[in-house]
Amino acid sequence: MTVLENTPSAVLVLAVGVLWASGIYLMLERPLTRVLLGFVLVGNGINLMLLVAGGRAGASPIVGNAPPSVRMSDPLAQAMVLTSIVITLALTSFVLAMAYRSWQLNGHDEVADDVEDRRVARHAAINAPAFEDADDVETGETLDEEAAEVFDEVAGDEDDERPPKDERAPRPTKDTKEGPR
Amino acid sequence: MTGAEPLWSVATLVPLPVLLPLFAAGLTLALHRFATAQRVISVTALAATTAASAALVVAADSGPIVVDVGGWAAPVGIDLVADRLSALMLTVSGVMLLCVLLYSLGQGVPEGDTGDEKPGRVGDAIPVAIFHPTFLVLSAGVANAFLSGDLFNLYVGFEILLAASSVLLTLGGTAERIRAGSVYVIVALMSSLLILSAIGLVYAATGTVNMAQLAMRLPEIDPTVRLALQLLLLLAFGIKAAIFPLSAWLPDSYPTAPAPVTAVFAGLLTKVGVYAILRVQTLLFPVDETVDQVLLVLALLTMVIGILGAVAQNDVKRLLSFTLVSHIGFMIFGVALASEAGTAAAIYYVVHHISVQTALFLVVGLVEWRGGSTSLDKLGGLAKLAPGLALLFFVPALNLAGIPPMSGFLGKVGLLTEGVTNGSGLAWALVVGSVVTSLLTLYAVVKAWNKAFWQTAPPEIEPHVPLPRGMVWPTGALVAFGLLLTVAAGPLYGYAERAASASMDGHSYVDAVFPGGSERGTGESAEIVGESGGKSAGEPGGEAP
Repeated sequence: MTVLENTPSAVLVLAVGVLWASGIYLMLERPLTRVLLGFVLVGNGINLMLLVAGGRAGASPIVGNAPPSVRMSDPLAQAMVLTSIVITLALTSFVLAMAYRSWQLNGHDEVADDVEDRRVARHAAINAPAFEDADDVETGETLDEEAAEVFDEVAGDEDDERPPKDERAPRPTKDTKEGPR
Repeated sequence: MTGAEPLWSVATLVPLPVLLPLFAAGLTLALHRFATAQRVISVTALAATTAASAALVVAADSGPIVVDVGGWAAPVGIDLVADRLSALMLTVSGVMLLCVLLYSLGQGVPEGDTGDEKPGRVGDAIPVAIFHPTFLVLSAGVANAFLSGDLFNLYVGFEILLAASSVLLTLGGTAERIRAGSVYVIVALMSSLLILSAIGLVYAATGTVNMAQLAMRLPEIDPTVRLALQLLLLLAFGIKAAIFPLSAWLPDSYPTAPAPVTAVFAGLLTKVGVYAILRVQTLLFPVDETVDQVLLVLALLTMVIGILGAVAQNDVKRLLSFTLVSHIGFMIFGVALASEAGTAAAIYYVVHHISVQTALFLVVGLVEWRGGSTSLDKLGGLAKLAPGLALLFFVPALNLAGIPPMSGFLGKVGLLTEGVTNGSGLAWALVVGSVVTSLLTLYAVVKAWNKAFWQTAPPEIEPHVPLPRGMVWPTGALVAFGLLLTVAAGPLYGYAERAASASMDGHSYVDAVFPGGSERGTGESAEIVGESGGKSAGEPGGEAP
């Protein structure tokens, strides 16, 4: 077995690179649907990479299908790609469902700030020089509620500017807040 | 077909922890209208799994047990390997999953209300019909990850548990859970992509994904390529295990789930990541000073930064999530010492931490049930109102902080002793870091204790409400299991040491998968091995002709 025979085609390698790059770019966005598209792109990039890892294409990998002199394709790489396609499909549908649910609840599908971010933002707001009594900043909202309301696309300027409440879809009933019963 | 083969051997037990829960999941899904049948099936399946795992612990002590899935021998087919480490992890996770399942059953039926068949919300917004199958699939995924002797199958195990855990985390689809779930899912997806690409690259470099074969081939390839592969795998598993720079997702996503779900996640999912790191570091890659140094630094940062986060919290669930991150540092510390004693201490610590962290989250579920909140500002007086609950919190809390003579203390002593034996400046820094982390853990749990149990009770908490027994007993059982780890520390630690020395050595694992070359499995598979060998790198299969 010479080394050359396993040298991958440059086109495939390039394609892997492009898929990864554009996928990562999309995954850095905030809306779930774009993240999902990024995930699909990177997933395909990896599938292609698995194929490249299996070496050059040959005859179909079924014993007795091709004369023994012809080199067979690597079936393991194909099996791995198939498995990964199935897994990607399942996760894609799950994320789509989640994005839809997020849109139902909040009117957008952006990944919300995490609670710790909101805590930092709240402390920053309290500590910022102000002409009014800083203790009035207390809104009575929990960090979770605040986090759900902050997103990029509407406000455009500062994080602290939340969209007016009536623009949002009706909030869900807060049945989980009351403890396990 | 070899007719002489006995119908049953100890190897029959190996696939059970994966198969039983999966079949049970299918059954419970089909029987989603019959809540009682679902419960019976789930509990039976998990109990049988735990029993099989416990039997494996005994059986694997005399050497790893290998099963070729589908009768194809190792380099071609996928194999399941139950060695001491896998069997131990399986058993502890089995006990813990069973306790949590019983707890969730206790929680699912509010007393006086047997109408639990109404669709939608029961108890803590758990749609029961979905909960059982998903929980079982999760346990199958975890078992698959522990048992897999094949890197790609390990990835599949991770994916199974990821899919199940995403469903469990977003149960009921409330706004908070969707918010927390989307962070969790995206991070988990990213780590899956990294694992998969690492597997692709490993395959490209070595021509195999079988772990035993990798253990033979990886030392032979270009060290730079090997380092890249190792770092990529560590990065991917590091996200799963929540090691410091990759841990920010954890405290944010775990606390919003229902109590039993959080308990499983906290106890188990990160440990699967730790297990994978342990496996990769001991079996696949030869000891590499530089990587170990990096891991040591990360372990220190994980410990200290995690626990500082915990100290700042005023919600018990979030506080515990941060201690979870922090204590992952202890396990990585043990792994990074790259010695038998260090690995043994890490294994013991994993076992201890699974039981303790789960027990604490279950107790917090009870606290939430009793006090109506997990915020420390809204709780109080529980020591008087529910003395039993106070005891249930107190014991694992002290265990977590490492108060002698409990198991947390023993694990930490093992780690610290090995750190001192190692003697390098970095190891000493970690010894100091561990002690500081333990003290701060004590501070954090005592703070929770003072506020939730000792300060005067706010008027909202009603007196004289008995806790549901179905939730108390499993919690108590798990707390008792944590104490049992102390009582049985001698044999258990000995077992962990044997597991560690076998892992560090690696020969017994490889020999079990390839006994005397690659002649195992049914007749046909040996033929195929001969044909497919020499695909890209190295010689076919066995290490010695």
